[in-house]
Amino acid sequence: MKRTPIYGILAEFDSPTDLVDAARRTTNAGYKKIDAYSPFPIEELAEAIGFHNNGVPLVVLIGGLLGCVGGYLLQYWIAAISFPINIGGRPYNSWPAFIVVTFEMTILVAGLAAVFGMLALNGLPMPYHPVFNVPRFAFATRDRFFLIIFSSDAKYDPVETRHFLENLEPRSISEVPS
Amino acid sequence: MMDEQTQTGGGGRGAPVIEPGYSFATITDKISAIVLTRPTSNGWLVGFGVFFLITMLLLYAMGYLFVRGIGIWGVNIPIGWGFAIVNFVWWIGIGHAGTLISAILLLLRQPWRNSINRFAEAMTLFAVACAGMFPLLHLGRPWLFYWLFPYPNTMNYWPQFRSPLVWDVFAVSTYFTISLVFWFIGLIPDLATLRDRSANRWAAIIYGILAVGWRGSARHWSRYETAYLLLAGLATPLVLSVHTVVSFDFAISIVPGWHTTIFPPYFVAGAIYSGFAMVLMLAIPIRKIYGLEDFITQRHLDNSAKVMLATGLIVAYGYAMEAFMGWYSGNTYDAYTLWNRLHGPYAHVYWSLLTCNIFLPQLLWIRKFRTNPGLLFMVSSIVLIGMWLERFVIVVVSLQRDFLTSSWGMYYPTRWDWMTFIGTLGFFLAAMFLFLRILPMISIFEMRTLLPQAEVKAE
Repeated sequence: MKRTPIYGILAEFDSPTDLVDAARRTTNAGYKKIDAYSPFPIEELAEAIGFHNNGVPLVVLIGGLLGCVGGYLLQYWIAAISFPINIGGRPYNSWPAFIVVTFEMTILVAGLAAVFGMLALNGLPMPYHPVFNVPRFAFATRDRFFLIIFSSDAKYDPVETRHFLENLEPRSISEVPS
Repeated sequence: MMDEQTQTGGGGRGAPVIEPGYSFATITDKISAIVLTRPTSNGWLVGFGVFFLITMLLLYAMGYLFVRGIGIWGVNIPIGWGFAIVNFVWWIGIGHAGTLISAILLLLRQPWRNSINRFAEAMTLFAVACAGMFPLLHLGRPWLFYWLFPYPNTMNYWPQFRSPLVWDVFAVSTYFTISLVFWFIGLIPDLATLRDRSANRWAAIIYGILAVGWRGSARHWSRYETAYLLLAGLATPLVLSVHTVVSFDFAISIVPGWHTTIFPPYFVAGAIYSGFAMVLMLAIPIRKIYGLEDFITQRHLDNSAKVMLATGLIVAYGYAMEAFMGWYSGNTYDAYTLWNRLHGPYAHVYWSLLTCNIFLPQLLWIRKFRTNPGLLFMVSSIVLIGMWLERFVIVVVSLQRDFLTSSWGMYYPTRWDWMTFIGTLGFFLAAMFLFLRILPMISIFEMRTLLPQAEVKAE
């Protein structure tokens, strides 16, 4: 079985501006399978690596709708079908009294969808990842900014790609073993 | 844009939100060192030890309650809601400030929140945990609390969804769940920082498990930011709804003094009022002891004090309207409730409440009271006492004398009431001590974004 021994090439930068600039130049050079790592969210970065649609809002919308409809139907089924009780002559489906729980269920399911949807779309939890093999990557959660070109990219070439990254003037370059 | 906001902070003036001279690395090191390298001080051990013992007092009081039933408390007809409901409303109100800071101020783009949101959210969680104990203990048979939830059971029985008490179960449990996940996803990037910076192998493994393999990928950050913002958007109406629903527990009934439409807004304002008082009472010693004056600056104290002043005035308006309606409605029972508050057997409580909640907090108009930590701490503690007294007046004084003179009564809390209340204070503070020791009390990654060098400069 032939396996690519290298997962990608990782370049380290000092500032968010350098990283975004490097990411843009890498995308413009035709590299598609790249990623960037930063110690805090950088708004421009996702676009710079060509990532546009993150999918979270749709998941939250679906969660909210499910919670809303499910919450109401639960109360309707209980109060009007399974366990009808006459409370002060109110109709069994006394909807104004059901709004509060419907609202809370909407928030609950939408909120849980936001958290677990985000984690699932990100493929987390993922305890092991090849980039963790690079010792300097520990600084990605402190003050350093990294750009990686994956070896699975069509344009990837061990020598050419490394040369290209060197031209971006990074602080260091490391090969990521897979 | 971030930079401009950092400087002006939406109209605030005076001190900056973060003192100059910090870099990504120094912010990270300073906050993570509190957890990772700072030795456990004797002060921490003593503080934690004392509050842990008080938590044991809570368990003792609870154990005795389980054995003997709620007869050990001072509650009886007509005052069936004693300390349990007073403390429930007080604690859950305190929690509201944490969500206000983390969600509402995020949506309002107030970056000064970044250094206080983490421990304010922890405060929310512990306060809601304390709050949640009281109605459960008050059930009479607390071990059957799960009957509150709709689940298929052999009794063929379901909760009554037309009851505000059932709404409350849903509101409070949703609030706790959403606060917990909001707090947790806020922690993930910082847990990754602790994982990468920890010299202790076991600590690295534990933080690593909790960090769920976070590596700061741009794709992850993009989804993370969207999810965080949407959660804030969901938590904002949620937090306003929780105290609204708590106020429905009272307002939906016909008891004079409870049956009023001003309750929801006035409860929410009171919640934020007491919550900010608690935030300040925690922030002032914490910033001093851990040397965090550079991160929690005069600006934070000043802004929080202004929020307190504003919400305090809304609360004052609520009291004024209650009194006005007592007179203007022409309803004998409402008028009597007002008279009973002012002159009845609990009049001293009502006058103390007005002093603590309305008269003394007006000192916050004076700048010195907003910027001097000692004075602000004092005013905050007065507000917390005042808000507790407010709940006492609402719960006890209204039930004390309702429509029929033959059913009037008095309420005297027993030592078990006091032990349970003081026990939850101990539990709350013991949990805060543990939190300060094992998790970063300030959001490291959000502090990094406050630095001018975090901005991407256009080519």
